[in-house]
Amino acid sequence: MNAIDAVNASLDRAGAVGAGREALNILLYQDAKASRADATEVDARDATPGPLHGVPVVIKDNIATLSLPTSCGSRILDGYVSPYEATAVSRLRAAGAVVVGKSNMDEFAMGSSTENSAFGPTKNPLAPDRVPGGSSGGSAAAVAAGIVRIALGSETGGSVRQPAAFCGVVGVKPTYGRVSRYGLVAYASSLDHVGVFGKSVDDAALGLETIAGLDPLDSTCAAEPVPQLRDAARGGLTGVVIGRPREFFPDDLDARVREKCDAAFEHFKRLGAEIRDVSLPHTKLAIEVYYIIAPAEASSNLARFDGVRYGLRLEGDGLRGMYEATRSNGFGAEVTRRILLGTYVLSAGYYDAYYRKAQQVRGLISRDYAGVFNSGVHLLFTPTTPTPAFLLGSKSDPYEMYLSDIFTCTANLAGVPAMSLPIGRVDGLPVGGQLIANHFDERQMFVAAYALERALGDDAHR
Amino acid sequence: MAVTVDDVRHIAALARLGLTDERAHTLVDELNTILRHMDVLSRVDTGNAPEVSGIGAAGAPLRPDSGEPTPLARARESFAPRMQDGFFLVPRLSTHEDGADAGAAS
Amino acid sequence: MTTTAATSSVWADRYEMVIGLEVHVHLKTATKLFCRCSTDFGAAPNRNTCPVCLALPGALPVLNEHAVDLAIRAGIALGCSIQSTSVFARKNYFYPDLPKGYQISQFDQPLALRGSVRIGTRTDGSPIVVGVTRVHMEEDAGKSVHDRFAGFTAVDLNRAGVPLAEIVSEPDMRGSSEAVAYLQAVKQILEYAAVSDVNMEEGSLRVDANISARRLGATKLGTKTELKNLNSFSGVARALDAEFDRQCAILDAGGRVEQQTMLWDERANEVRPARSKEGSHDYRYFPEPDLPPLIVSLDRIDGVKQALPELPAARRERYRREFSGLTDYDIEVLTSAAALGEYFEHVARASGDGKTSANWIMGEVLAALKSTGRSIAHFTVRPADLGALLGLVRDGVVSHSAAKQIFALMTQTGDSPRQIAERESLLLITDDAALAGWIAAAFAAHPAEAARYVSGERRLQGVLVGHVMKLSKGRADPKRVNQMLLARTDA
Ligand SMILES: [Mg+2]
Ligand SMILES: [Zn+2]
Repeated sequence: MNAIDAVNASLDRAGAVGAGREALNILLYQDAKASRADATEVDARDATPGPLHGVPVVIKDNIATLSLPTSCGSRILDGYVSPYEATAVSRLRAAGAVVVGKSNMDEFAMGSSTENSAFGPTKNPLAPDRVPGGSSGGSAAAVAAGIVRIALGSETGGSVRQPAAFCGVVGVKPTYGRVSRYGLVAYASSLDHVGVFGKSVDDAALGLETIAGLDPLDSTCAAEPVPQLRDAARGGLTGVVIGRPREFFPDDLDARVREKCDAAFEHFKRLGAEIRDVSLPHTKLAIEVYYIIAPAEASSNLARFDGVRYGLRLEGDGLRGMYEATRSNGFGAEVTRRILLGTYVLSAGYYDAYYRKAQQVRGLISRDYAGVFNSGVHLLFTPTTPTPAFLLGSKSDPYEMYLSDIFTCTANLAGVPAMSLPIGRVDGLPVGGQLIANHFDERQMFVAAYALERALGDDAHR
Repeated sequence: MAVTVDDVRHIAALARLGLTDERAHTLVDELNTILRHMDVLSRVDTGNAPEVSGIGAAGAPLRPDSGEPTPLARARESFAPRMQDGFFLVPRLSTHEDGADAGAAS
Repeated sequence: MTTTAATSSVWADRYEMVIGLEVHVHLKTATKLFCRCSTDFGAAPNRNTCPVCLALPGALPVLNEHAVDLAIRAGIALGCSIQSTSVFARKNYFYPDLPKGYQISQFDQPLALRGSVRIGTRTDGSPIVVGVTRVHMEEDAGKSVHDRFAGFTAVDLNRAGVPLAEIVSEPDMRGSSEAVAYLQAVKQILEYAAVSDVNMEEGSLRVDANISARRLGATKLGTKTELKNLNSFSGVARALDAEFDRQCAILDAGGRVEQQTMLWDERANEVRPARSKEGSHDYRYFPEPDLPPLIVSLDRIDGVKQALPELPAARRERYRREFSGLTDYDIEVLTSAAALGEYFEHVARASGDGKTSANWIMGEVLAALKSTGRSIAHFTVRPADLGALLGLVRDGVVSHSAAKQIFALMTQTGDSPRQIAERESLLLITDDAALAGWIAAAFAAHPAEAARYVSGERRLQGVLVGHVMKLSKGRADPKRVNQMLLARTDA
């Protein structure tokens, strides 16, 4: 299929489902004319079309694109258009993909519901009274609504996997350093990842394969060779050991979510895998560690939004007044809260008690994973979230909202790859199952994902 | 540990965030609620666990002292709030506000 | 509260000045520390900026290898031990010319530790040594221009991200003269090591001072203040003296010195407290998550050591060995600047006479440089030509006085000494016919003296030679003239 037809179909679909701000509010920015021009150019360019030729893609609003604004769902960057392009986007476009929109998100990726966007919440296309998850809710919804097969998101504590689970699509967070962060607007640099959404496991594999690999513009990007992830479709599970970490199956876990997970384990067993009970004892501290380290780094990363070189500027009393007017009006409540929290834990007298301590506990969490993977376990399987998508506006207490990252954020803290895929529905709401692998072992993860997707068939969405 | 409204004002000043009185007071409660949860960490025995910064132990890659900078697809004027004669303009600050070393890194 | 600088302190007999210095130098690289922008910050405002040094959303730093090597070189030259692992950290503060809202620097794990610099010798011959606490890498900020647009501060980020080495000394200096000696020694070492242009006027070398006063004999340090805005070595000395007097006056009145930042006002010749911003001293350092630790291999350190140019101390030693007749003073002057020493060595090699070369360079050459305001690097007289000139004098081709005329012309034209000597007919004349002519003329002009000489009055020979030299305008070869006069005498 040529690019222009694919892009037109995608644009029509976006209109039909009401992707705009007035309806589901999935896409913050679109430029049909520019997208069609790109498509025509790609059709003319690609003599031998690759697998991504003409594939429309949606990009989270915190990843730098040349054709559309990059506002991070924030008033402070409203309408800002980047003069350079993120590496991940360049690689998708070089492979023939065409950007058709920038997706809504929690402001600066701080949130788990996409309700913290300065431009209003995104509604879950499968249940418009519910959240799509977050912070990459717009990208997840764009795939769920059939606007695109592949979308880019970003993760700091679960912002790809959790919305993937809530929207019934596939979401992958690669190993830290597997995908360049160049052009991803930083929230918490040591936890930030570019992630990929796919309608299917194969879509996600194709997207990740394309953007992965060394980038001289990101000092934390690894030189590890990139595996052929799509070949993982032919891999089997015989002899593969899949761990069942007890901390991810607490007694109060929603019984129906537990059921779906047990069914998945049955499939794995039938396919020749060995299921082993394991423990990651420091998981219970992950939220606390995460909500010290992430805000600390954020308080520094967001200092550049000062009204001097780009973005919003509001005048006040002198320079000091300009800074304070710009930043207090430009940032929303949650971003302000995290900047203050992060500033506090780094400030004189508190650094050791909070930041250093959190980094040490983070070390123990990584050690938990290393221990399990060194004991002959190849993969872990868990629920992606404790519950399916919740109702819009139902979580007012910040800390309660933080708890929705509980099963996902340890993978960010340890830097190991993880992904969520649909494993069935509860009251018509999607449930996600999470696969976690050892550093740079995305291929093993995808072998299991392809296998489970095949085994579940339509049950994945029932 | 619990924060007071003065702590909140101090860190807000460090972060260049203007706060109304009532916002400052609600933030005291919000931050203390969060910090109360954080206190479990103080009870964890980390022994001599190494701090993890989460990034490559391979060491920082080094680039050659040559090459061209990433070009800007748009003029600085297209995204700058205020520019003149190639300078970014900000409200005048008296050279004494931050020491006359204005600009020189220390 | 301000104090006017006193040239010599009235407090010196009761109080002691304790000084530590922080020196920032630009590292000589083509591109910035974390991006590929040019380090030429003289370009049009913000011309040399990119996504990284503009701190555009999503941009990331990548470390410049040459900057690392130069910083290692500085560390080695200052006698430090290079750390195999050092860590970049973020120093967080808001300022319009600090684009990211933090400076990437090194904090608790710097690149180099524990060095020392010899700044002179005590009367008892023991060396005066200042300890170097640490040398670390960091990025420079941009420039804020406050007086160009009414009501606005103008920000130019060309300098933002230019690599710096920060050199922190121990509080080992006991007077403003020792502080200046330390600065001169550090400047000289870094210039020899070709790490930096170390030019305070052009801002490639900057100095902040920490100073405290204490009663003579006291062992614990007093409260220190930080002196900023020091624009010249002499300014450093005057600012230190002024601040010392201010502190002593407070202490002597039983007061307490407040720990604060003081600004030196060159024009008013006084120090003044900087209005410190509230909270501005809580920098919230933490490890830079965008950069893994800097790991320096032993191979890299060895490589830098191999490439390290000769340092001042080694060169002084070598001159003592290689050039006989040079005094310690000669050697001090000739090694004061790396380029001057290299010029001297060329001349000495070309002329084969170190002492004479030294005399000419410390006399004629330095005087010529002074009058023309030229640097030795751009001096019109090539060292080979000066060497050749000294050769002409040695071989009796030109007289010493003629050589001075020739040198003066060389500084103007840059021509070779022989060309000039011939053009200006300043070569000594050895041709017997010509000499005989002048001798005859001299005899004719002074018949009485000539007769007495010929009849044996030898002491008149000098007088007659003088007449001949005058007649020949100094060009007659005096050796040959003497021989020919002798031949005229009886017996
Ligand atoms: Mg410094
Ligand atoms: Zn740059």
